[in-house]
Amino acid sequence: MSTHDAHGSAAVAAGASRTEGRRPGPWPRAPRAVSLRLTLATAGRVLRQIRNDPRTIALLVVLPCVLLGLIAWMFDGTPVLDQFGPILVGLFPLVIMFLVTSVTTLRERQSGTLERLMTMPLGKGDFVGGYALAFAVLATVQALVVVAFAVWVCGMDVAGPVGLVVLVAVLDAILGSCLGLAASALARSEFQAVQLMPVVLFPQLITCGLLMPRDEMPAVLEAVSRVLPLTYGVSALQDVAAGGTFADVAGAVAVIVGFIVGALVLGTLTLRRRTA
Amino acid sequence: MGNNDHVIGIRGLRVDRGGTTVLHELDLAVPERQVVGLLGPSGSGKTTLLRTLVGVQVVTAGTVDVLGRPAGDPTLRHQVGYVTQSPSVYADLSVTENLRYFATVLGAGARDVARVIDAVDLARHARRRVGTLSGGERSRVSLAAALLGEPRLLVLDEPTVGLDPVLRRDLWDLFARLRDAGTSLLVSSHVMDEATRCDRLLLLRDGRLLADDTLPGLLERTGAHDVEHAFLRLVEDTIPPDGAAPAGSPRHLGGKAS
Repeated sequence: MSTHDAHGSAAVAAGASRTEGRRPGPWPRAPRAVSLRLTLATAGRVLRQIRNDPRTIALLVVLPCVLLGLIAWMFDGTPVLDQFGPILVGLFPLVIMFLVTSVTTLRERQSGTLERLMTMPLGKGDFVGGYALAFAVLATVQALVVVAFAVWVCGMDVAGPVGLVVLVAVLDAILGSCLGLAASALARSEFQAVQLMPVVLFPQLITCGLLMPRDEMPAVLEAVSRVLPLTYGVSALQDVAAGGTFADVAGAVAVIVGFIVGALVLGTLTLRRRTA
Repeated sequence: MGNNDHVIGIRGLRVDRGGTTVLHELDLAVPERQVVGLLGPSGSGKTTLLRTLVGVQVVTAGTVDVLGRPAGDPTLRHQVGYVTQSPSVYADLSVTENLRYFATVLGAGARDVARVIDAVDLARHARRRVGTLSGGERSRVSLAAALLGEPRLLVLDEPTVGLDPVLRRDLWDLFARLRDAGTSLLVSSHVMDEATRCDRLLLLRDGRLLADDTLPGLLERTGAHDVEHAFLRLVEDTIPPDGAAPAGSPRHLGGKAS
């Protein structure tokens, strides 16, 4: 055995500090503040990737319109679209953005590019923030197109301000992205990532008040619905559909923003520079 | 030799992955301004060792110093270039778009992007989507990204795998030029022939260092005529005649290493 002990000890004796023991946790030093330059660069890179993939863009924007169009057609001549349309406008983007984001970030993990970035001077917050920003841009485009389609093509009539529908729809879509970012940390394969969608979203869909008014639910389910973010998105959109103003939905909007921030922090904390 | 002559110092490094020990109490030092080859068969722990050096591997025990800092130290992220085994670049971006992004992350300029594209001879394909390139071209894009910002140490995990002999020769020429310009390189390979292009060799097998020597030194010591045979000699010398020792038993291997 030749293990080069002389060189090893010489180098180690003068080395700066020891890395003894398991260190699975977050970085021992205080994490660097998020860099705006690197966050923007990452967002730009993600958007450039998506721009090079026109089919994904088409799916992101066209699919919710088609679904909404089908519902408008099905309930033609009834007030169903005016009542439920705004809610669906907020719901479809949430589901789609969740899927798109969790699969995209998972691909980044599997391709080795995330590992490369983790050896580079890119903060974990820059990475998660960049993704969130890129998908927020997409979410905004998506929400604007879908609301425009619902109002002008399908004839959806919103009692409250249409701008509020757009605002809540954008926030819902960003929420979907951020939940997808956080969830992708749990998935080890694309197969698992897709299956996380029902795990994360279905309980929210069931209890959010879409299937049954929340005050008619069993007390336990009503309590569960209070801690799930979609409840507040649906409640805000229901209020707007019924003629509510910004003052009526401000509380719900604040809760959604809180969940977005929480999901971003969770996504950043679950990102590891060192893996087993 | 003092510490200044070394870019990597490892002592007592142990890495466990999924219940098995991948690296056993490893001790080694890598001198600066040399092309050091990390040779060993698939599964010998090469990638785990390189991942440890760039600070993305959870370490069970031991000390790993890189450029005088503990491996993974934030200051090293500007100074160590790393190429993973499979090309870690974005298939849906062009060569230039990929390198521009990594250059921004590293704080390197647009001229540096042009420089590294030339260094890996991809100027003709600069505007092409990486997904449309061949496997060898993709791995050169990945290598180009590691050259950005002129790192002091390059850690390259099998950069020549799957390349045709001409390209392989060109890449080893590039490594020699980088060394002459002052860069230190640690290059892993499972192709024993590539030993002839290295200034120094580390032979790894089952997570233990078989040899740390120059090629002539290794051949002289083992009496073999090439690295392949030197490797075999060393394996035969290490494994006792009863031979049934299972790899991955730390107590056994610890005893043997002493």
